[in-house]
Amino acid sequence: MSDHTIPGVGADGRITLAHGGGGTAMRALIDGVFLRAFSDNPAAPQEDQARFAMADLAALGDRLAFTTDSFVVDPLEFPGGDIGTLAVCGTVNDLAVGGARPVALSAAFILAEGLDLAVVRRIAASMAACARAAGVRIVTGDTKVVPRGACDGLFVTTTGIGVIRPGCAISIASGRPGDVVIVNGTLGDHGAAILCARGDLALDVTLGSDCAPLNGLTEALLDAVPDVRCMRDATRGGLAGVLTELAEASLVTVRIDEAALPVRPEVAGVCEILGLDPLYLANEGKLAAVVPAAAADVALAAMRAHPLGRDAAVIGRLETAASGRSAVHLANRFGGQRVVSMPSGEQLPRIC
Amino acid sequence: MRFVDEFRDPELADRLFSEIARVAERIGRTRTRPVTVMEVCGGHTHTIFRYALETRMPENVEFAHGPGCPVCVLPMGRIDDAIAIARRPEVIFTTFGDAMRVPGAQGTLLQARAAGADVRMVYSPLDALALARANPERQVVFFALGFETTAPSTALTVLRAAAEGIGNFSIMCQHITIIPTLRALLSQDDFRVDGFIGPGHVSMVIGTRPYDFIASEFHRPLVVAGFEPLDILQSLLMVLRQVDACTARIENQYARVVYADGNPAAMAAIDRVYETRPACEWRGLGTIAGSGLSLRPAWRAFDAEQRFAVTPHHVADPGACRCGDVLTGRIRPTQCPAFGTSCTPDCPSGALMVSSEGACAAYYQYQGQKGAA
Amino acid sequence: MCLGIPGQVTAILDEESAMAEVEISGVRRAVNVLCVAETGHPLSSLLGTWVLVHVGFAMSRIEEDEARETLRLLAEIGELDSELATMRASAQAPTRDHE
Repeated sequence: MSDHTIPGVGADGRITLAHGGGGTAMRALIDGVFLRAFSDNPAAPQEDQARFAMADLAALGDRLAFTTDSFVVDPLEFPGGDIGTLAVCGTVNDLAVGGARPVALSAAFILAEGLDLAVVRRIAASMAACARAAGVRIVTGDTKVVPRGACDGLFVTTTGIGVIRPGCAISIASGRPGDVVIVNGTLGDHGAAILCARGDLALDVTLGSDCAPLNGLTEALLDAVPDVRCMRDATRGGLAGVLTELAEASLVTVRIDEAALPVRPEVAGVCEILGLDPLYLANEGKLAAVVPAAAADVALAAMRAHPLGRDAAVIGRLETAASGRSAVHLANRFGGQRVVSMPSGEQLPRIC
Repeated sequence: MRFVDEFRDPELADRLFSEIARVAERIGRTRTRPVTVMEVCGGHTHTIFRYALETRMPENVEFAHGPGCPVCVLPMGRIDDAIAIARRPEVIFTTFGDAMRVPGAQGTLLQARAAGADVRMVYSPLDALALARANPERQVVFFALGFETTAPSTALTVLRAAAEGIGNFSIMCQHITIIPTLRALLSQDDFRVDGFIGPGHVSMVIGTRPYDFIASEFHRPLVVAGFEPLDILQSLLMVLRQVDACTARIENQYARVVYADGNPAAMAAIDRVYETRPACEWRGLGTIAGSGLSLRPAWRAFDAEQRFAVTPHHVADPGACRCGDVLTGRIRPTQCPAFGTSCTPDCPSGALMVSSEGACAAYYQYQGQKGAA
Repeated sequence: MCLGIPGQVTAILDEESAMAEVEISGVRRAVNVLCVAETGHPLSSLLGTWVLVHVGFAMSRIEEDEARETLRLLAEIGELDSELATMRASAQAPTRDHE
């Protein structure tokens, strides 16, 4: 279907306020773009809600997991993904790191008047492809259009439900002294890729976002090591954010080894130039898993056997918090160590 | 050779640490007071904390973290001036990211942006000039801050703007110079620093000769240092050896980058575009004669303050902070009553908590909060 | 102060405005090289040179020989530290760094 067959789209192929007006233009946008991308059977009657058979869910586990996230990113499309893949992966990963099998997602879009319809189509298509890859369906959604300038192109909110496998008791508060911390690959790829993709720093680098659904990896890990203590995806705030939360919730000291942290040379280069720390850069396809020390080798092998865990590495371990003060300590190559603190707002590039 | 990793070799660092300990022990046999070495430059402060070099120092060796972070010493009044310009509807105000969170009396540039000002971060003044080229209907202002390292880049950008006839570009000049400030520090009676780790990147522009007075007049050693951990450790060792031998010379550890004469082309650019201000205010240190640069009359057309008729004004430093005492090595950051209480990286009131290169922010970030040291 | 990063000049972008491409750990950026250019030589003589980059300007050429000398001095420190070991290794005077 070409753009001009969607009523309300002008000759220049842009979204207009009519697409949020509840009339034929909106219907056409939903049918022609979103349902076409997301639905197995676009011709089926559309109800106001998605429906699930309890028995189907119960077959997967014994508890529901439910999560929501809003996504805003500049630019909307970047090397390695776009806002749509970010939304699907972010929500799938939030379910997966709780030990849940993601089942279904909703997707609610806020579109800015004037947005190029072709961009909307591309984003819907990549969301659909990403959802297929993750084995999850996008079953319900919504679209609103706001006047030009009221939103930065496109915002999307995704909500997901999943089913937690029986016996799985993953919690950020379950870490114990002696446990080891494993990450599934290189840190900071997404944050560095987005910084460069914005273009205002004029840095030219071949670097893509690591945006990926991690549920396949978490399944493999949980199959190999059922008593995984905690998992968290290291999104905003980076690994530093996750580890400080872990230390606080589990009342432990997390001691990480700087030499063991996997970082791509290009990411290290961006960080050197802009004075940033990869520990604080966002990831969209990386998690930190805490497992009992005895299971470390098995966990590592299971992760490395998965395409999204090839660079998995043990980066540290949990220790009893000295005098009750939980903290994250980073041991550097020089035998010195420093405290890794909770990120305070976005890292800004610096010159001095 | 990539000139980075080679200078992060832990094995060589171990040797340096033990040699530093050996020399420090020898010094300790004849004096009771610890040896205080001031790293002038915020970049060195950053390396010291990032690599936790302090944690492996002998007991009688202390770092004092000096005034060499241009963001930390930005006075509140100057931030207010910047915000006054940034608020104008026709202005795109461009700045290095460092300055975004520095509070003035009227808030920060980040807050000004939230309130509607068009404030943008750039990596280079050339990127600000490119914005001016791309937005001929707007006025693009670049917040020109930094020491002699940065001043040539803004000078060359002004010259480029003039050559291309770009009329909608101007700079708000807040460049400062390190030598008058070092002299001012050294002239204080209770200045207890025994030697200096000299700023490597300022020195690649100005060379090593401007430091000669530190040795000849004030009898302190200074070693110009690079920014990798081995650079700092080697420079510290060189300072300690001088202290041990009771000598005071200017040495250059960073010879791969710093020449005795500096960079003549860069100095010429500074000289062509800027002149010395009679007096310049430093946050935490007060006013220091001859420590700032302003545009020469020939280039006043590029002076944002003239273009937008901004009168520089003065705002007193916040009362509780003892930044000046930290900057001069009289107290450690953790000894300041505001540290970690009314002054944190999230809500900085003192200059040194503002930038990640400030001594207080570095203490806070890398050593934990109040009490940890 | 003054974050400065070593990078290698990989291409000349514009002779008139003295712009060159500099590569830093696989990251490329247009950098002004006026302050490191040699008078009377075309900018192309900078190709392959390592420079120290600050806010988009190359402010110094990096001297590889000096870097090696610094590393050589560093390597000697351990030898001084254990004089006995040095004496045992006797005749082996400090030579130029490998590579």
